[in-house]
Amino acid sequence: MTTEATARTVPYKEKKPFDYDPYLRQGKLPHIWCAGCGHGIVLKSLLRAIDALGWKNDDISMVSGIGCSSRTPGYVDFNTMHTLHGRAFAFATGVKFANPKLNVIVTTGDGDALAIGGNHFIHAARRNMDMTILVYNNYIYGMTSGQGSPTMPEGAVSTTSRFGSIEPPFDTCELAKTAGATFVARGTAFHAQELEKTLYEALKHKGTSVVDILDSCPTYYGRFNKHKNVSEMMKSIEKDGTISVAQAAKLPPEKTEGKIVRGILHRAERLEYCDGYQNLLDRVQNK
Amino acid sequence: MSKKKIFVQGNEACIQGALYAGCRFYAGYPITPSTEVMEQMAANLPKVGGKFIQMEDEIGSIAAIVGAVAAGEKAMTGTSGPGFSLKQEIMGYAAMAEIPMVVVNVMRAGPSTGYPTGPSQADVMQAKWGSHGDSPSVVLVPSSVQELFYETIRAFNLAEKYRTPVVILFDEVIGHMREAITIPEPGEVEVIERAKPDCAPEDYKPYEVKDGKVAPLAAFGTGYRYHITGLYHAEDGFPTADQQYIHDTNMRLVNKIEDNKADICENEELFLEDAETVVFAYGVSAKSAKFAVKELRAAGIKAGLLRPKTIWPFPSDAVEKISKTAKKIIVPEMNLGQIHGEVERYAAGRCEVQGIFRVDTEPIHPKQIMNAVLGVPVEPTVIPDVVDFTARG
Amino acid sequence: MGEAAKKQWRIEIDARRCKGCNICASFCPTDTLELKGITMDVKDIDSCIGCQLCDIRCPDFAIQVFPL
Ligand SMILES: Cc1ncc(C[n+]2csc(CCOP(=O)(O)OP(=O)(O)O)c2C)c(N)n1
Ligand code: SF4
Ligand code: SF4
Repeated sequence: MTTEATARTVPYKEKKPFDYDPYLRQGKLPHIWCAGCGHGIVLKSLLRAIDALGWKNDDISMVSGIGCSSRTPGYVDFNTMHTLHGRAFAFATGVKFANPKLNVIVTTGDGDALAIGGNHFIHAARRNMDMTILVYNNYIYGMTSGQGSPTMPEGAVSTTSRFGSIEPPFDTCELAKTAGATFVARGTAFHAQELEKTLYEALKHKGTSVVDILDSCPTYYGRFNKHKNVSEMMKSIEKDGTISVAQAAKLPPEKTEGKIVRGILHRAERLEYCDGYQNLLDRVQNK
Repeated sequence: MSKKKIFVQGNEACIQGALYAGCRFYAGYPITPSTEVMEQMAANLPKVGGKFIQMEDEIGSIAAIVGAVAAGEKAMTGTSGPGFSLKQEIMGYAAMAEIPMVVVNVMRAGPSTGYPTGPSQADVMQAKWGSHGDSPSVVLVPSSVQELFYETIRAFNLAEKYRTPVVILFDEVIGHMREAITIPEPGEVEVIERAKPDCAPEDYKPYEVKDGKVAPLAAFGTGYRYHITGLYHAEDGFPTADQQYIHDTNMRLVNKIEDNKADICENEELFLEDAETVVFAYGVSAKSAKFAVKELRAAGIKAGLLRPKTIWPFPSDAVEKISKTAKKIIVPEMNLGQIHGEVERYAAGRCEVQGIFRVDTEPIHPKQIMNAVLGVPVEPTVIPDVVDFTARG
Repeated sequence: MGEAAKKQWRIEIDARRCKGCNICASFCPTDTLELKGITMDVKDIDSCIGCQLCDIRCPDFAIQVFPL
């Protein structure tokens, strides 16, 4: 969809509450997520970004895998598909390739995207098919009650790393960039307004966009790793543990060490897959 | 367009059937002996404006075709043994979400990597039970190149009619055998198009059942916004935990196929009226069986052939019927007796059931079948020099 | 402008959706909200500045702040 969009004035500046109802399926709330789970905050940022773009519900397809985060499509009034663990990118590839007019959004968890779905993830990034991938990164497997995930920091406790993880984590953004994604960004559930703007840019970008979203699973990650409550957890991980691209640029390296950088980390122009296929069709059919 | 005669391998006949049926989306991953299905799709789909994509693996391939079907396409993927194993989780998803699509498995020999270029019929049970849970299966087993063309069209038609994934199961021999086939003119063979909902979008329930039929599957982006999931879901597509509904849904999914055997099952029958010994054979083994039965008849021996074109749902009625008139049923298959067990089940002791099982990658020889009919002991890996007509008492 | 009266706000909390995670109250810049039992409540409506931060961080679509 071609929208001549300009960054809009976000509703909190208008001081009017944002109306989520046009994007939600009636009667499906409350959602299944635990008290304090960041997934709902991410979803709200996404809906505001979609609204800012003026996309119509009919033109959007949301595809997910399996996990708490992957329950997102059930709540939104789009063309939605809740698929299988790790496979969302491949299902989404089929949807988008079959009908490139659809705006395809993938909502996935860190386990869904980077463990079982790792292969589909890197190939989706490589192909650069126009879709926006939101990785709800809570460092843990929420749905199956708190096992370690590939983004879990070293030393973190989970039901499968009771004495602290000894594995190095994946950096979602580095992985996406290396694999060829043409838009790579990071946000957090704490910085929800910033996330909305980041998602706006990600959705607008033509090509594969990956947004790594630091998110909170108070029920498992928080509890196992001795966070007092979700607010303290969001503060220590998402607020104090991260800095924006702009801040990072200003600070000397020793001050940014150990901090995770938020914002748009990578942007590139490359032929989008469906456009490339159309070129191929034109060549073959005009011969 | 005039009737076309082409000289092609089975694998190509299959894609010609798919194109005739309106398949315009293929996602795949190469594997012997099905690779030509994929390569021919890569060569032919762009010419008709269709979409072809090589995915990162077989799981991705079947996932992509489910996505494409949701977006309104007729879609297919093809694979062999190891790839078919990888696809099983999504076979179940497609059955559960009632996604009409076609999956081709060109069978190769053995468990694991086995013998890639050798034929086999050892995936027939996997095609039925490969995915977890009790899921419905429609599996076609063509036995010639021309038939493969027609059966591929039928596979797409059955998929649309019953909103379910359909498997075409053949083997390396049929896949790579070259035969002259006729491509009928457009319109000559019935092609069922996907039904579209005729209700208003707000009334659309993607899993509503009316007169025993599930609602049509709307294409994404056409105004009928709905939800697809592999979880047990209610009529509106959203997850449900209602136990009665869960029971009813599982029964409905299986019975929409089982109750329509009369429509889905097709058999070729030869000399069954007075046959004392009936050979029940499918796919490549049926080629030898047919030859054997004709030779035996020429020698005055009352042999007959029952050849199912649909192996799942199982043609139980046909087996029951012959078990009442024949003395013996012989089941030659290139596996260790997967369908033999089913035949025994439905013959239910009314007649003797004997298997000829071969897994050395050599197709079962007509002489083996003839000797079995004549009552001569059959060695599974040895092709007999002679047919011992004197053996019959 | 001088004497402009402070803008007034109305806070709507949907008790069926609120799960009492307390995120909104923790991050409210003016300490307007407080948890009562397992559901969020308004402690002091007059202190609200209508910044919408509670809504934006509410994971449950449970709180909205309207200008009066
Ligand atoms: C093939 C398969 N393996 C395992 C599972 C079990 N499973 C369900 S969700 C999940 C992990 C989800 O974690 P993540 O993707 O990080 O999402 P979250 O629940 O944390 O949002 C697992 C292992 C499954 N459903 N399917
Ligand atoms: S288990 Fe964790 S990820 Fe899942 S809903 Fe609860 S808080 Fe969220
Ligand atoms: S609008 Fe701002 S000031 Fe008012 S309750 Fe919400 S967070 Fe507090």
